[in-house]
Amino acid sequence: MADKQIACATCQPKGLCGGKGLLTLKEGAWTNNPLSIQVLGICSALAVTNRLENSLVMGAALIFVCVGSNLLVSLLRKRTPHRIRMIAEVAIIATFVILFDQFLKAFYWDMSKQLGPYVGLIITNCIVMGRAEAFALQNPPILSIVDGIANGIGYAVILAIIGFFRELLGTGEILGRTIPVFSEWYTPNQLMILAPGAFVALGIVIGIFNAIKGPEPEENK
Amino acid sequence: MTETSAWVIFIAAIFTNNILLTNFLGMCSFIACSGQIKTSLGLGTAVIFVMIMTTIINYVIYHFVLVPLGLVHLQFIVFIAVIAAFVQLVEMFVERFSPKLYFALGIFLPLITVNCAILGASLFMIIRNYSFMQSIGFGLGAGIGWAVAIVLLAGLRQKMRYSHVPKCFEGVAIAMVVTGVLAMTFMGFAGMVTIQ
Repeated sequence: MADKQIACATCQPKGLCGGKGLLTLKEGAWTNNPLSIQVLGICSALAVTNRLENSLVMGAALIFVCVGSNLLVSLLRKRTPHRIRMIAEVAIIATFVILFDQFLKAFYWDMSKQLGPYVGLIITNCIVMGRAEAFALQNPPILSIVDGIANGIGYAVILAIIGFFRELLGTGEILGRTIPVFSEWYTPNQLMILAPGAFVALGIVIGIFNAIKGPEPEENK
Repeated sequence: MTETSAWVIFIAAIFTNNILLTNFLGMCSFIACSGQIKTSLGLGTAVIFVMIMTTIINYVIYHFVLVPLGLVHLQFIVFIAVIAAFVQLVEMFVERFSPKLYFALGIFLPLITVNCAILGASLFMIIRNYSFMQSIGFGLGAGIGWAVAIVLLAGLRQKMRYSHVPKCFEGVAIAMVVTGVLAMTFMGFAGMVTIQ
């Protein structure tokens, strides 16, 4: 995959992302989707997906944190001593998480209450840490931003899918509104918004993704 | 909340409010390290120890340093630093004084820093306004609950190696579905004791 270059028409002349922009975007959002393929960061994916609204906010939070921390880690990559890079990364990530948490508390108090500790837990979300460690440390800032956006979107989309189905099947509503025909005949299955529904839903989503991608030789097994 | 005794919270944290099966914390290492009972037992023990210690330390720091200074919004960064530092300290300590324990436990210790159950336990403790004794009960209970869950799943996965799972569900996908069933059985404990 790595040697296949896809020309990125807008930024190649300036040499900003060396034509790797689109490839990075595709890697993060689809081929190497952090949630369904690499199975990282599932804690929050399970916890906040009981409603579509929560899922969307969480997705936005992750995109913000991932982009911000990737950018900063990348900017500082030549100045960070190798031995303390981990703690530096954690400190940078925590800073962005605190920013987002304070933003939620200031403008969306109800949402902040609902998400509870899970906003703080973005710090230990392996996706953010993984991208900072694996990508931003080796790549220039602009490309790192693209990578952050790609992985954030990959995560947010899966989250939205799971949130959509769990809310639909668990309460018969979407975003707290009833759907004209569906809500009348459908009997909500409470199990879907409780814990077991989350595990089963994510298991099925991962299974479906594997089926779509087809059998692939797993190297790291 | 203050009238709930530490003992009740301890029991609830293991069964009705299992940190893994109802709060979904610590999933990453839960999925990655549940291949064998022995491995998961080692990791579980390490988690119990680190969780109770960091809960106590974070409680003291939060109530005696952060609150008086008005630095509550820095709790995330302080907690994660405490956890990382504590794990590092334990690792050096164990390596120096008990090489045998180090080999049994050593490889799991770095993994624990990124285990969200540890950070989650500290955050829950703050959000639910636990007193000092309640925090100890909660930290211990949450750790044991996590260990119980991972050992159970490891046992199930060992058996599952001999069953025919659809191709695309092999590995993580089926583990998630099995965890769902496990969570359902733990829901049977609901109503026994209740904390928030």
